[in-house]
Amino acid sequence: MTGSATILMLERCMTYKADEEHPLLVLEDYRIGFKTERGLAKAVDGVSLSLKRGQTLGIVGESGSGKTVLNRGVIGLLSARNTVESGSAKFEGEELVGENRQTFWGTKMAMIFQDPMTSLNPVMKVGNQVMEPLRQHQKLSRSEAKKRVADIFTLVGIPEPIKRLDQYPHELSGGMRQRVMIAIALAIEPDLLIADEPTTSLDVTVQKYILDLLTRVQKEQGMSMVLITHDLGVARGRADEILVMYGGRVMEHASTEDLFKKMSHPYTSALFSSIPHLHHKKHTRLTPIPGTPPDIIEPPTGCRFAPRCTYAQERCLLESPPMTHQGNHRFACFFPIGSQQGQEALTRNQQRGHTASGLQIRKKTEAT
Amino acid sequence: MTTHEEEIDDVSLLGSSDETLAIGLEPKKKLGFGFWLSAFWVVLIALLAILAPILPIKDPSENYIVTETAENLRGDLVEKPVQPPYPLSGKHLLGTDKDARDMLSRTIFGARISLAVGFITAFLGLAIGGSLGMLAGYFKGWLDKIISALFLVSLSFPGLILAILVVSLLDRSLWTISITIGILAIAPVGRLARAQTITFAEREFVIAAETLGAKRSRIILREMLPNVLIPMATLSMLVVAIAIVAEGALAFLGLSVQKTATWGKLILTGSDMNSLESAPWIAFVPIAFLFFTVAALNYMSDRLRDYFDVREMYDL
Amino acid sequence: MAGSGTAHLRKDDPSILLSVQNLVVEFPVGLRKKVHAVTNLSFDIAEGETLGIVGESGCGKSTTARAVIQLPKPTSGVVEFKQEDLTNLKGEDLRNIRPDIQMIFQDPISSLNPRRSVFNIVSEGINIWKEANGDLTEDRVIEIIKDVGLDVEEALVKRPHEYSGGQCQRISIARALVLDPKILICDEPVSSLDVSVQARILNMLEDMKERYGLTLLFISHDLSVVKNVSDRVAVMYLGKLCEIGDGDLLYEEPAHPYTRLLLAAIPDPNNKHSGNLDVLEGELPSPINPPSGCRFRTRCPRATEKCAAEEPEFQQIGNDDHWVACHFPHIGGDNGDDEITWPPQVAIEESE
Repeated sequence: MTGSATILMLERCMTYKADEEHPLLVLEDYRIGFKTERGLAKAVDGVSLSLKRGQTLGIVGESGSGKTVLNRGVIGLLSARNTVESGSAKFEGEELVGENRQTFWGTKMAMIFQDPMTSLNPVMKVGNQVMEPLRQHQKLSRSEAKKRVADIFTLVGIPEPIKRLDQYPHELSGGMRQRVMIAIALAIEPDLLIADEPTTSLDVTVQKYILDLLTRVQKEQGMSMVLITHDLGVARGRADEILVMYGGRVMEHASTEDLFKKMSHPYTSALFSSIPHLHHKKHTRLTPIPGTPPDIIEPPTGCRFAPRCTYAQERCLLESPPMTHQGNHRFACFFPIGSQQGQEALTRNQQRGHTASGLQIRKKTEAT
Repeated sequence: MTTHEEEIDDVSLLGSSDETLAIGLEPKKKLGFGFWLSAFWVVLIALLAILAPILPIKDPSENYIVTETAENLRGDLVEKPVQPPYPLSGKHLLGTDKDARDMLSRTIFGARISLAVGFITAFLGLAIGGSLGMLAGYFKGWLDKIISALFLVSLSFPGLILAILVVSLLDRSLWTISITIGILAIAPVGRLARAQTITFAEREFVIAAETLGAKRSRIILREMLPNVLIPMATLSMLVVAIAIVAEGALAFLGLSVQKTATWGKLILTGSDMNSLESAPWIAFVPIAFLFFTVAALNYMSDRLRDYFDVREMYDL
Repeated sequence: MAGSGTAHLRKDDPSILLSVQNLVVEFPVGLRKKVHAVTNLSFDIAEGETLGIVGESGCGKSTTARAVIQLPKPTSGVVEFKQEDLTNLKGEDLRNIRPDIQMIFQDPISSLNPRRSVFNIVSEGINIWKEANGDLTEDRVIEIIKDVGLDVEEALVKRPHEYSGGQCQRISIARALVLDPKILICDEPVSSLDVSVQARILNMLEDMKERYGLTLLFISHDLSVVKNVSDRVAVMYLGKLCEIGDGDLLYEEPAHPYTRLLLAAIPDPNNKHSGNLDVLEGELPSPINPPSGCRFRTRCPRATEKCAAEEPEFQQIGNDDHWVACHFPHIGGDNGDDEITWPPQVAIEESE
């Protein structure tokens, strides 16, 4: 970063303060498409959200939902060659779309990834990997950086930090490596941390530790966090708000409490019902979501989830449902769960034996 | 929630794809125009080489001296031979060498030896090296140690010295030279075969075959071989290319096959300072043939390797 | 002889299909050291039952599965199946018993030969054994491929990489079922799959179990999945068995501190055990040099000197199908006073 660019950025930061009224990250109709032989793959198809300082937003979706593309797009990790980005993404009031995001890396935004083994440089000592952003962006001397790294290692719970500085990634366990990656991200004290499935490949006890750690650091540093996961349970425990994505779009977005108290979108409910829960008795029949995720190059008209939705009516296949707002709870559905229209839609489908998209509905012969 | 929970009958939706494949996100794999062009050249050269004796080309060893009428010292008109080498012309499409022998035909006949050396070498490498490598990789243990040691010795041995030794102790026939270079090819091909076998031996489908009750021989033949064969075949093409160049190098040192022309010999003949200045085609015709053939083989090997590379699903 | 004991085995029960006793699996590492992957493990499975083994990475559950099918043979121990000790079988004898015990693996794509057509892959069992057994015909292959929900015409031409993860797992299941096995060992079969696909595969396994009369050994690190699919659940830690018993009972009243820890860590919204224990410090001890006595003691809030000196043996809780190997188990679902002795009094050993 050149000297003048630094000064410019510092000026901008000093005049903008992210707080309650001014969200840290605002996305408006943000879109990302990939150019392919068959056409444009609309991986992110119009996402709007707003993240405040110190808040945790959980983005929940399966593979293909666009959650990973969304975050990589925001932070600027997608190759520009085949990517088409449009809409607006403002970080601290500054527009990111169309701009080079390197000035934000290593200073204000950081990202941690799912697989620590492939995200860490295998031929570089972990100490050096954490020191790199400190020396590059914060211009610390080697000994200053070393001390700082030791402090951060202690913060993330890596025992014997001095000894660890000289170790290589393959000498550490999965949980440790993930902690190193978090250390790299936290070393620069970012305003925004994007955690992409940070614990999916880890043991459940390590997972709890890592998530607790992130929450603790977040509170201490006043950091905002975007937590991407396919696990509603993880999001529930850690996020203030949850955004459910499907087919590149937002299906439902609410505070965690509201979401679980009053789940409105059929997809959220279907996702929740499709996983085994501990409190179920053994051999409880699971209800998988039938059908296949949508083709993002030629998506169906209407609601993206309609082909797989038990509530689907004819309207859902023709029109794309707009966002309905109920206070801070928003969802994109014509026949939401718990509403009168929703109940009628479901009953209608049950009676005729199928949904508008041909999904057959069959009543269980015995009540559970 | 109604008293009767609806059950989703998902059997009706099960079709050919029940989860997303990044449809259309990966371009369909093609070998490409360059591949087919290279393949065309290699096949052409091979055909020409095989059919050389019956092709309507000139005799490679005959001297096509041309005479012209000129005045001698006494003023009489006599037939004097024109000093060869003759440049490219209608009679000699690629010119002649210093003894007025037709370059096109010599090059084609030269291809016979060069290609023969190449293919025999590749065959030896594949058959012996490949088998040894697979056995080493699958059985491991002391068998692996012995075979790997053999490979190591072979690789550390300076090939040129071996060639010189063989040539001075034995004869310089096509088979001797081919087998010599072939033996040198066993180790590199074998090591690749071993590495590939080890990789595949650890894959779960091999364990699955064992749980099904397959005998070891069946596993090697039906599970490992098809997988290992592809990378080995592509490597073999490279081996052919290298062997052709190796033969050329040996010829350059005067160590190649006696009696018949080879590309290396032709290059050697045309490479003295005089010829290079006044009649460059003598060297460059065989050089060009050699270059294109080797380049074509290399390129084909590369494209094949890419094409058969089974890729994972694109992760969104 | 030290060990977690065999009190929990159902001896002299004619319905027991597989009985593993004092299984030991060790791997040499370097010159003198050994990895104690599995130490004195015992369990049994009754016909038609599903036993789930759950534990975190490094606990030895996958190693146990491989040891049961003798690939490779365990270091010592008894694997009793149909009145035969599999560890004593070699060569042809071992091969002949293979069709009865089949396995499906974690990585759906890696479990299938990329160069063969799917139909060919599923028929492999038939091709190997058809001379010996005339019942095994191609019709069976067709029937099973349809049963797992795949199209036969496509299977004849397509190769594994043209299918998705969930479909590949179905192919693996089809391949395993073609030989009509008695026992199906499932080694983390849904861990690599998408959430919605997991549900489908799990449902299918239950259906197949019923339809083909299978006995399952189901291994996973995901306690929710294991609990859903199993009749009985066994919890493993660092090569040893901690607790075993009826799945519902284990969840309602977990007795072993490690089981309680696992349950507390699960981020399930309705998890009643959530938050019972505080953040866990310390790393997994090394399997090369595991702690003496009870291997869990270095992370256990209840550990005392007795735990270091004496390895706990299995004891039954009440009269239920619930067994635990611990000196100070939680009985009757009491939450105990874990917080008081936390952090543990004994030193935490470093991992390798």
